[in-house]
Amino acid sequence: MTPTPTSRAFEYAPAPESRAVVDIKASYGLFIDGEFVDGRGTSFKTVNPATEEVLSEVAEANDADVDRAVKAARRAHDRVWGPMPGRERAKYLYRIARIIQERGRELAVLESIDNGKPIRESRDVDVPTVAAHFFYYAGWADKLEYSGYGSTPLGVAGQVIPWNFPLLMLAWKIAPALACGNTVVLKPAETTPLTALLFAEICQQADLPPGVVNIITGAGDTGRALVAHPGIDKVAFTGSTDVGRAIARQVAGTTKKVTLELGGKAANIVFDDAPVDQAVEGIVNGIFFNQGHVCCAGSRLLVQESVADEVLERLKRRMSTLRLGDPLDKNTDIGAINSAEQLAKIRELSEIGEREVSGAGERWAPPCELPATGYWFPPTLFTGVTQAHRIAREEVFGPVLSVLTFRTPAEAVEKANNTPYGLSAGVWTDKGSLILHMANRLRAGVVWANTFNKFDPTSPFGGYQESGYGREGGRHGLEAYLKGTQA
Amino acid sequence: MSRIDVRKTSKLYIGGAFPRSESGYSYAVNDARGRFVANAALASRKDARDAVVAARKAFGGWSTRTAYNRAQVLYRVAEVMEDRRPQFVEAVRQAEGLNESRAARVVDEAVDRLVWYAGWADKITQVTGNANPVAGPFFNLSTPEPTGVVAVLAPQASSLLGLVSAVAPVVVTGNTAVVVSSYDRPLPAVTFAEVLATSDVPGGVVNILTGSAATIAPWLASHMDVNALELVGLAGDAALAALATELEVAAAENLKRVRRAPAAEPDWTADPGLAAMTAFLETKTVWHPIGV
Repeated sequence: MTPTPTSRAFEYAPAPESRAVVDIKASYGLFIDGEFVDGRGTSFKTVNPATEEVLSEVAEANDADVDRAVKAARRAHDRVWGPMPGRERAKYLYRIARIIQERGRELAVLESIDNGKPIRESRDVDVPTVAAHFFYYAGWADKLEYSGYGSTPLGVAGQVIPWNFPLLMLAWKIAPALACGNTVVLKPAETTPLTALLFAEICQQADLPPGVVNIITGAGDTGRALVAHPGIDKVAFTGSTDVGRAIARQVAGTTKKVTLELGGKAANIVFDDAPVDQAVEGIVNGIFFNQGHVCCAGSRLLVQESVADEVLERLKRRMSTLRLGDPLDKNTDIGAINSAEQLAKIRELSEIGEREVSGAGERWAPPCELPATGYWFPPTLFTGVTQAHRIAREEVFGPVLSVLTFRTPAEAVEKANNTPYGLSAGVWTDKGSLILHMANRLRAGVVWANTFNKFDPTSPFGGYQESGYGREGGRHGLEAYLKGTQA
Repeated sequence: MSRIDVRKTSKLYIGGAFPRSESGYSYAVNDARGRFVANAALASRKDARDAVVAARKAFGGWSTRTAYNRAQVLYRVAEVMEDRRPQFVEAVRQAEGLNESRAARVVDEAVDRLVWYAGWADKITQVTGNANPVAGPFFNLSTPEPTGVVAVLAPQASSLLGLVSAVAPVVVTGNTAVVVSSYDRPLPAVTFAEVLATSDVPGGVVNILTGSAATIAPWLASHMDVNALELVGLAGDAALAALATELEVAAAENLKRVRRAPAAEPDWTADPGLAAMTAFLETKTVWHPIGV
């Protein structure tokens, strides 16, 4: 399964990363209180989305398992992790960070196999950022009194993460929680549990005290049981806005603290004075990075009318050079869609989009051979899109770009902000004052100017409005896991 | 013959104007000993919606004013309040059943609280924002921004100091507010509205509804153009716990930020800290490459 260049300009020889580095077990249990135990629910299979090959059988945690995990976390919090001096907690986190670096190749390959993302991304983005995140928060563990949020942990955190960046989202959740003295019960997504389970082994390797990190696998029911458990003090969730809403309802009337990192429909705004080649790279990175399975993806291109034709032409040319195929091939740009279910959703919205723009614009994808097995969707754009179209309003969570135009900065602001979401936005222009003007007026938690999809452990991430609340990363990310200085 | 006094039926404060309730209803307000003082407008669902429209309309202008200007505007409110101390002392005395000197202390504290919050307008960004040293050639800055339209259920017991302590932190950072006053003790809020109207606060930045939180709040909690809820007005009343949960459930529909009610009404004379401001702030992070 050689990655197929969508243009025949360059033929690359296959350059697959070796799978030999990973050892996937036939089955996995739940990681509770420092050891792997059997789950009492119905186990489920995780598949390689690029081949549909079954990778492993994974335990499902039922309510009793959730209860066992929460109790283990509570014991570990009260007896070990809470009372432990911050500088000792820090050293465990540093250990974990170092092991992640040492086992980086293994983690990257496993992530690409289970998730379908190109090895170039898991190797160069996901895993290094995971290690960096643990290093960053390790250093906070003994400095919390300088954070502005106090130094008292909340207790036990219940954390539910999505399948798009399985290990990176785990790091975003676990590193700050542990640094602040909380213990965690984390549920990875049902389609991507394997790197979380390898992380459990890393916790063992680091001699992390039992119960500080508990990993329970399962689907929606397991997540709901965790969020509803009276023994947790904190819910941290990354995923869809619908599930976020359900969680907000579930915790109503409790004292649980909640952070939600939800969907987005980011505008990527290109002005007529923008350096076109850089902007085109930014558009491509904004929407096709990680197959568009990115909550902050730049899924709405707003391009100034005077340069729309030129930008579109160059964008199409660039899209024609993207290589889609084997996620483990080092030349692959676009990997597999994570699941059959997600592929069906992307296809459905794209078909709706095709009907919506018919007559006014087009659905376009470069000529692109899709592998016969696995879940694939070509990089696609829609022109002639209006703000009322579903393709411009709903999160596709796939490699699908809606193109809209504008004439004035005011119109760009209005269109960009015309969404219930508010996670991220992009601005491309050579004019500094215009960048700052736009950055002020865009109602979004992250504004990338002349760049896009950049992440760093020191930089807070999170949304306005229906993109959720709370921040992850940076000093601000500590607030989610500390009691604050208020009585 | 002694003079017949002119009795006042107070009105609502919406968009800088003083309408009567659209419903036409008013209710009798008694003092702490149960003696009739005045009639107050009983705000309806429609009034709440009008107030949200006014607050949304005011948000763009208020949130983009300079922080220095917002500080000036709030300080001016304190000046005008100070000027009307006797009226406030009388209102607090009646509402809360305090003697003259205790009521005066409450008013002093309320004015001082406003001055304190006014000063935060151009400092909160520095205290809650920061530059982020990312591992790459990028400028990266995180700053707070107002959440939007905030519905505030004002405290039931502390009719002036509690009111000011709940409203000032919301608007000083650039949010606009729809406030539901104490039901039994609405008159200090009415006088406060008259102060707002005669100082430099733009119409719609603070809207004050007198009436029942239990009646009005569900409409605010489910309103899709309200961004956040301050529930402190439900504190200290166990009978309202179910209402608080109901409001939080309704708020989930558009993921409003909800500041839950504490078990008991806070001690309003204590140092407020930053929490009442930061609960209604978003953090925006801006990236830009550095290079030649």
